[in-house]
Amino acid sequence: MSNAKLPATTKKSKGDEIISGGSQDYVTMTIADQLFGIPVLQVQDVLGHQRITRIPLAPPEVAGSLNLRGRIVTAIDVRLRLGLTSRPKDKPGMSIVVDLRGELYSLMVDSVGEVLSLSNDDFERNPATLDPRWREVSTGIYRLNGQLMVVLDVPRLLNFTTMEAA
Amino acid sequence: MDDLLSEFLTETNENLSVLDVELVRLEQNPNNPELLSNIFRLVHTIKGTCGFLGLPRLEKVAHASENVLGKFRDGELTINPEAVSLILQALDTIKSLLAVLEATEAEPPGDDLPLIERLNLCAEGKLGAGAAPAKPAAAPVPPPAPAVAAAEEVPVSSSGNLTLDELEAIWNATPGPTSTALAPVAAEPAEEPAPSHDLVVSDPDPVPAAAKMPAPAAEAASGAGAGGEAATKESAVAAQTIRVNVDLLENLMTMVSELVLTRNQLLQILRSQKESEFAAPLQRLNHVTSELQEGVMKTRMQPIGNAWAKLPRLVRDLSHELGKKIDLQMLGADTELDRQVLELIKDPLTHMVRNSADHGLEVPADRVRAGKSETGRITLNAYHEGGHIIIEIQDDGKGLAIDRIKQKAIQNGMASEGELAAMSDQQIIQFIMKPGFSTAAKVTNVSGRGVGMDVVKTNIEKIGGTIEIKSQQGKGSTFVIKIPLTLAIVSALIVECAGERFAIPQISVVELVRAAADSEHTIERLKGTPVLRLRNRLLPLVSLQELLRLDDQEGGEKKTDETFIVVTQVGTYTFGIMVDRVFDTEEIVVKPVAPILRHIEMFSGNTILGDGSVIMILDPNGIASATGEMAMGETASKEATSVQATRQEDKMALLLFRAGAGAPKAVPLSLVARLEDVDLGSVESSNGMPVVQYRGKLMPLVPIDPGFMMGQEGRQPVLVFADGDRSMGLIVDEIVDIVEERLVVQLTADRPGLMGSAIIAGKATDVIDAGFFLTQAYKDWFGSSSTDAYEEERALQRVLLVDDSPFFRNLLTPLLSVAGYDVTAVENANEALALCEAGEDFDVIVSDIEMPGMSGFDFAEAVRQGGTRWSATPMVALSSHASPRDLDRGRQAGFTDYVAKFDRDALLYALQQTLSEQKGAA
Repeated sequence: MSNAKLPATTKKSKGDEIISGGSQDYVTMTIADQLFGIPVLQVQDVLGHQRITRIPLAPPEVAGSLNLRGRIVTAIDVRLRLGLTSRPKDKPGMSIVVDLRGELYSLMVDSVGEVLSLSNDDFERNPATLDPRWREVSTGIYRLNGQLMVVLDVPRLLNFTTMEAA
Repeated sequence: MDDLLSEFLTETNENLSVLDVELVRLEQNPNNPELLSNIFRLVHTIKGTCGFLGLPRLEKVAHASENVLGKFRDGELTINPEAVSLILQALDTIKSLLAVLEATEAEPPGDDLPLIERLNLCAEGKLGAGAAPAKPAAAPVPPPAPAVAAAEEVPVSSSGNLTLDELEAIWNATPGPTSTALAPVAAEPAEEPAPSHDLVVSDPDPVPAAAKMPAPAAEAASGAGAGGEAATKESAVAAQTIRVNVDLLENLMTMVSELVLTRNQLLQILRSQKESEFAAPLQRLNHVTSELQEGVMKTRMQPIGNAWAKLPRLVRDLSHELGKKIDLQMLGADTELDRQVLELIKDPLTHMVRNSADHGLEVPADRVRAGKSETGRITLNAYHEGGHIIIEIQDDGKGLAIDRIKQKAIQNGMASEGELAAMSDQQIIQFIMKPGFSTAAKVTNVSGRGVGMDVVKTNIEKIGGTIEIKSQQGKGSTFVIKIPLTLAIVSALIVECAGERFAIPQISVVELVRAAADSEHTIERLKGTPVLRLRNRLLPLVSLQELLRLDDQEGGEKKTDETFIVVTQVGTYTFGIMVDRVFDTEEIVVKPVAPILRHIEMFSGNTILGDGSVIMILDPNGIASATGEMAMGETASKEATSVQATRQEDKMALLLFRAGAGAPKAVPLSLVARLEDVDLGSVESSNGMPVVQYRGKLMPLVPIDPGFMMGQEGRQPVLVFADGDRSMGLIVDEIVDIVEERLVVQLTADRPGLMGSAIIAGKATDVIDAGFFLTQAYKDWFGSSSTDAYEEERALQRVLLVDDSPFFRNLLTPLLSVAGYDVTAVENANEALALCEAGEDFDVIVSDIEMPGMSGFDFAEAVRQGGTRWSATPMVALSSHASPRDLDRGRQAGFTDYVAKFDRDALLYALQQTLSEQKGAA
């Protein structure tokens, strides 16, 4: 409830603009074999499989809510948010907890990888031909060795108002 | 002591202590603007409160000090020790005045002119010279003071404009007057009692008070620096309380709430372990936590009297304004409730008392005429009841005027007369809670602006409370508000549905009913809509599973057929929520749901249970409005789905019978021509339909139950519906009774042949739609349906039926169709007029009279006078009132004929007559 309990780091993590030169740290994760990244300062927690309470009548992307050390966290199925099929039941999956305006959200992904420090030179804007759903929630792409990493924009990922209309 | 006064004393004493410290600091850092503005603000607050409480003497001193400080702040005066001493001295004077105030509850008489004068002089130090000479003349101050003035005045008047430095130099050069001037201040109080004019005290104390006065004043004066002695005498009142920031308390409350949850969690774990060494310490933790919770709750508690404090004055003013004699009684003013709740009910309470005084109580003359005492009484009563606070606002006035409410409801299009007639008084009273409703004949200054009770209701519901109205004509009305003690922790019932658990706030739960095949309660279904008979009432049920669109994830095998029904009350609407299981009640802390879920109105929040799982809290208000009942009240929406109350003015004879399985059935007796017992042996078959020879003709027999198998012998009761020379028999199993009842059709069914269900003779009864069965028989009889009618080149005459009640539309449409008319039914006059504009033509218009919005009379006038294409179309009025006066009125409005509702034959006859006349005329 009170913001005082949040680690101070999350407060200043607003700016996710990429300045050329220098590097950025990202928590990586995979969803349907695609690598994604979230700026490390926005990440609060990484969780394993959790018991989730379903929320009836909620948008389909909202998987439910869970209890994280006494705080209620809303779980978002990122797969559905990205227009993918939901995760097979037998795979447990992991979650990344992020903070948005004092509310905690748990982003359900297939797996969470290591933290990568990436040079801004490898950053590129979204290709114009990218799926509009992805383009909406991504700030850009990193060219890594052998694969590409999509940077997720947390506030836009959690902005459901654009979707509810659909 | 007066609460307000003691609060003032506490606050002012605190402020003064702060001021003492701050002023000294200011003297050391004269250039700290923050310090200065803080001091200014504090003194300003003191001045403001004194003015508010009517303490002129204190106010004057504070005002003069404020002036000086204002100059400091604006940089017009430089801060120097003398000026600061002067301010401190003023503060001491204030303190001593406060001491007297605390002892006697009144300001000591007298004034502090010399001090004020000097403060003013100090303030005017830089002002134009003009004002200064006037001052000494205005107040006859002892010699030293004018000396100060004079000392100042000389350079001021000579140069006109001084630099600050110069001024300071003058101040510094004349330290004498400052100290000498103190003498008169000390001396003055002794003389004061005589010229005291500005304070009238009825208290016997003022004399000793005045006597006491000189001592501290002299003390203050003699100690030129601070005069601390008076201040050190700590105020007794101030010592009892401390001020704590509300945020701190809120925070504390939150932490305790979390602690309670953790405690619950631990206890839950303990329960699952038989023997544990933690048992004893956990028990202890449990107790401590409970006590802590209680203690913290208490810090937020305030007596409800705080919210009432303004009411006596309000009522006094009202009684003068309205010319009524009102006695306000307040009981249980020390009942405590949460600060937050208190804030939220303050305005609603004030509004309701105002309403009682304005609308409820009569003027003395009327009261005497009614055999009551001249003085009306409004009673406020507050008390605890099972975790809730009950507040009653009662008046012994005239009670709520049901008729006026009805009238107004019709006027505002909130309900039709038919709907109103079907409502109980209790339901009608609820209208005053609707937005935009006010029955006050004229809008007074006090109330009657149509904003009010709806706001009250919303506010109370916002905090999870309920409001109930009881009214007795001529005896008065009572409003009962039930609110939770606190918003932070609520008691909730945990239920399970389709494998998910939900919490329902205990305040809305009336009772729990177990329904199973083997119990006395069983769920009955009316066209799939579940209902429950509960103590002679039909309780609408809501399936939580359907409402929340829960699919049975966990395999879905239901072991038992038992269902639990949580009987829930929202306002006066009672309904049952069907759930699979009921667990315990648990204390929960309501946490708001995430912003992306706020639009789901079924939930009021979520929480963490003792076992650590997250659970959604159901909002009974949301469920009620989602199930449609509230729609009837919130808007005048005709789309109200679940309840459709329709009836005519008087009781109606109904024929009760049984046919097929399920509930008993009923049909309006007026539609039934005869009851016959048909010998099954005489039933023949014609055109694939059972017929019987009846009075020389063939009468088709239609079973109600499509699956009905006609026996070969024996006798079967048949309801005969006759229409002109045609008749038809409806086969039933048994004729039960004929009852006179108000027919209130609820739960309209979509199944053809059923009008809906109603409580008749205390039982849920299906009301059948006779018209449907008539068409069943007559379709074959005529070999035509209404669609064929178009091909027959206007063989059918077109009838426009205007009736707001779906019941009548449902009843009359088939009736008229089978009588050979092509019927178009609309629900109000506006729709009808729209059809007119759209270029539709009709041979005859049949219109109801009592309709919300445009009445039948208005409609007729609009048709007749508008010069529309319908101006020559004959119109037949339908009404439950068929008095000669109504007939006249109808004719005047332009109706060709006037028929009483439910008189089917008369209507058909009237239509026939009207149309043949029309033809003759054409």
